[in-house]
Amino acid sequence: MKQLWFTCFSIVFLNSCQQQETATQKAQDIPVDTEVPELSIFQLPSQWTTQDNQEIVLEELQGKVLVMAMIYTSCQFACPRLVADMQRIEKEVAVDKRSDINLVLISIDPEHDQPDTLKQFAIENDLDPARWTLLQGNQDNVLEFAAVLGVQYQKISPVDFSHSNIISVFDHQGVLKYQQEGHGQDNTRIIGEIEALVPRDN
Amino acid sequence: MGYLKRPLIFMLVIWLPMEVSYAQPTGMSAITGGSYVPFYGSDTAVVTVDNFLIDQYPVTNEEFLEFVKKYPSWQRSQVKRLFAEEAYLTVWESDTVLGNAVLPQAPVTYVSWFAAKHYCQCQGKRLPTMEEWEFLAIADKQRSDAREDATFHQAILQWYEQPAPKVLPEVGNTEKNYWGVYDLHGLVWEWVLNFNSVMITGESRNDTALDRNLYCAGGALASTDLMNYAAFMRFAFRSSLKASYTLKNLGFRCAGVKDKEL
Repeated sequence: MKQLWFTCFSIVFLNSCQQQETATQKAQDIPVDTEVPELSIFQLPSQWTTQDNQEIVLEELQGKVLVMAMIYTSCQFACPRLVADMQRIEKEVAVDKRSDINLVLISIDPEHDQPDTLKQFAIENDLDPARWTLLQGNQDNVLEFAAVLGVQYQKISPVDFSHSNIISVFDHQGVLKYQQEGHGQDNTRIIGEIEALVPRDN
Repeated sequence: MGYLKRPLIFMLVIWLPMEVSYAQPTGMSAITGGSYVPFYGSDTAVVTVDNFLIDQYPVTNEEFLEFVKKYPSWQRSQVKRLFAEEAYLTVWESDTVLGNAVLPQAPVTYVSWFAAKHYCQCQGKRLPTMEEWEFLAIADKQRSDAREDATFHQAILQWYEQPAPKVLPEVGNTEKNYWGVYDLHGLVWEWVLNFNSVMITGESRNDTALDRNLYCAGGALASTDLMNYAAFMRFAFRSSLKASYTLKNLGFRCAGVKDKEL
């Protein structure tokens, strides 16, 4: 299984030098007023697929405060709690600010978590499609994104992963503002961070 | 007796290039995959690596300079902060001049994971996985797995204890290991692809479990723990890294897949 995992890595890697240069150049063509900050995750050119089978780049998430976690849907122990923590955050954010947040779950098991699996997971967990985005990437993108967030993870069996439980908050420009580690934390701090990031005129 | 030695030396001289020649692309060694039990695992947690190719030396300043000349978005003044922190290539004189503070043939350091990964991609290669790197790192000069040998670990740990020299020496000055690979120990630490892997096996759970599993070893050093203490240091070091970090003693080398033409 491990071997297969790494073979997947290599296939992806051997092709992406030129692609990434082009993506960078494309990003530079965007006029100055929409230019994203250097520390923004929107600098990442990676392609993702949503639970509704839409192909997106992270930059398309621009405009809302992002609350993100990395999970896998077949997870038995930690992920349901991580999602529950995210749902508590969603409920605790002031009602008038809720429409300005986007809760994003990124799968660390893209082989298993196809868009329809993610869709099913969203339905089962009652995740409001207006506010929740579930993303499938490829192994390379997922690893890269985890590296950016400081999320550690490892496949430990065909169906199980070890991973750190981190909820990350990004401003509307995709810059990382706050991270909460561990389960069942007091949400006061993270709610405060999120609400402070939502633009006042909304 | 004196003249008897000469044919021996002569044989050694022709034998050495022959040994190197099994590395298919220039500067790479072909590694026959295998299995090993890493320090954190139980007997059931065997790690298996496939055949792969690995650079014999860490990537040098000179090589990395060629790369940034070709891909300006990776030059010191151009790189985005998400991809490399401020100290990126800080010892170089400028964007495209190495200057006097570094040796051209010394390993490039002050490079982020992103930069290392991108460099390898642009050579048609990739970063080695942590499992591959550690597989290479248990070899000494004669054996593919030298972990039973206490002097092997002592030598590595001794290097870990020494502060990095002011100017890093050139690559290739340490002893060549069993696989024909240089400088895995004794020169710089190296980025691996999945440096952000977690180090325990078992069901996914809170990070505290990970810490407990790791740091218990510090309190109760049995002989097996000592045997792997050097590896433990590397894991602890890697887990402290983030992808944009650039450090004075952290470089990298590239890997490739054996049946893939490079």
